[in-house]
Amino acid sequence: MFGAIQFLNGLSHGLSLFLVAAGLSIIFGVLRVLNFAHGGFYMLGGYVAYEVVRRIGMEHGLFWVAVIVAGLVLALVAAGIERFMLRQLYNRDQIYQLLFTFALVLLIGDVVRIFWSTTALSVSFPPELRGAQNLGFTIYPRYRLFLCVVGVVAAVGLWLLFQRTRWGRIIRAATQDREMLSSLGVNVPMVYLAVFAGGGALAGISGALAAPALALRGGMDAEIIVECFIVVIIGGLGSLWGAFIGALLIGQLRAIGITFVPEWEIVLIYLLMIVVLVFRPWGLFGKKQAGS
Amino acid sequence: MADQPVDLKVESIATYYGLSQILFDVSFSVGPGEVVALVGRNGVGKTTTMRSIAGLTPPRAGKVIWNGRDMKGVPPHQVCRAGIGYVPEDRRIFPDLTVWENLDVVWRPADSKWTEERIFDIFPDLAKLRDRNGGYLSGGQQQMLTIARTLMTDPKLLLLDEPTEGLAPLAVERMVDRIGVLKAEGLAMVLAEQSTDMILALSDRMHVMEKGQIRATLTPEEVRADETLLTRYLML
Ligand SMILES: Nc1ncnc2c1ncn2[C@@H]1O[C@H](COP(=O)(O)OP(=O)(O)OP(=O)(O)O)[C@@H](O)[C@H]1O
Ligand SMILES: [Mg+2]
Repeated sequence: MFGAIQFLNGLSHGLSLFLVAAGLSIIFGVLRVLNFAHGGFYMLGGYVAYEVVRRIGMEHGLFWVAVIVAGLVLALVAAGIERFMLRQLYNRDQIYQLLFTFALVLLIGDVVRIFWSTTALSVSFPPELRGAQNLGFTIYPRYRLFLCVVGVVAAVGLWLLFQRTRWGRIIRAATQDREMLSSLGVNVPMVYLAVFAGGGALAGISGALAAPALALRGGMDAEIIVECFIVVIIGGLGSLWGAFIGALLIGQLRAIGITFVPEWEIVLIYLLMIVVLVFRPWGLFGKKQAGS
Repeated sequence: MADQPVDLKVESIATYYGLSQILFDVSFSVGPGEVVALVGRNGVGKTTTMRSIAGLTPPRAGKVIWNGRDMKGVPPHQVCRAGIGYVPEDRRIFPDLTVWENLDVVWRPADSKWTEERIFDIFPDLAKLRDRNGGYLSGGQQQMLTIARTLMTDPKLLLLDEPTEGLAPLAVERMVDRIGVLKAEGLAMVLAEQSTDMILALSDRMHVMEKGQIRATLTPEEVRADETLLTRYLML
């Protein structure tokens, strides 16, 4: 039976996925760079949180310190990468940017191997979120419920940022016509830096939050980036709303797959992606590009 | 505005797109309150001249001097902040932003004399459309919005690229009238146009361009005195 538990599993997975995919999608929308290393940022976020927890523990809310540190570290790492490397490549052919972010994937993979070896590591659940919660209709792990709440809060927060703040409006304008925006006095390179750093922070925080729910190991970057790509292909690259719906769809599809066709779960997702690619290559909520 | 310095000197600029040279030795100047027109047919280099001044396609040789400052290597957003506002020819409003969001995203100096209210005074049509997405406006409304948006950055010099292009006759009339209001306010402008009618009424000087060069400089009086003069140049 596909019941409340399976639905909640799909929901928490989908909402967590949204956090990562949103950053990937926004970065593409503004910088027009498909950041292969986004999964690496996520993985690095997980390891940074692990490292902080290893040093200071996680009692008395210290886990949240680890999450924030992971977000900050990844914001800094992303900012450095944009400012000193990626920025040199905007005037080149797109293939160079792709190759560069792919090189980053390998680099981050090596960094993780060097500092944390190849054995899987785990972070335990923060004490305040251990155990299960009685929801009336079912009992469900507290930590996963918490991930749902974070996903919803992040979605609402991002929506408010984009619709209700001047910064958000500037980012939207940058996705529509960056050259024009710069001629209107806006420091577009700064916007790029902020967006890339913000996307990095989102990925880092997501990785840190995911750490207690799964084992940390090299290779988790590839898994998440593949899922993110599928989310943004389905939802439409550059669309926040698309990333949200796409992530929720993938979450439920995985939950359904695991319940009914456990061996074939991933096939269901690929099928959906192929159907979207054939009938709506720009995604459910994406914009059809002129000339494509 | 009269006490603001306006002194643009374009000195022998040569601008390229990749390997092909588009502008050859283009020179002209704009002083306070002046409207200088760049006239010429399709593809003679009017837009390229404006993009060279705006910092979007920097010239490879020659100089753009703005109020005594060499603008070489100054990025577009700094050109704007220095007081040169560029209004592109193809009405590049942000289509998914509403009219007021289009006005809101631009950089504004703390002491800007342009408020949303003043903008709506000059372009009353926009006031009614305040919450409509830019993409849903008519051509004439979009053109007003592009100008209004640039005005919000409080330019001392406006680069207006074919503001009447593709507009219905009535909208052209209205646009010419509004540009007249801006001129009356003392705003200096570089105005590119293919047709001569609106330029005669507005400009102090006309530079006729041909194949990336300025071929002749005429005053409206000279053109009015000899009706065939400008046509002869434009047919070159
Ligand atoms: N991005 C570009 N790359 C290469 N060549 C270009 C580019 N943009 C314009 N050109 C060429 O430069 C020349 C001058 O173009 P420009 O747009 O400056 O002319 P214009 O006078 O503004 O014409 P119009 O009246 O059609 O707007 C033309 O021959 C055009 O083909
Ligand atoms: Mg032009």
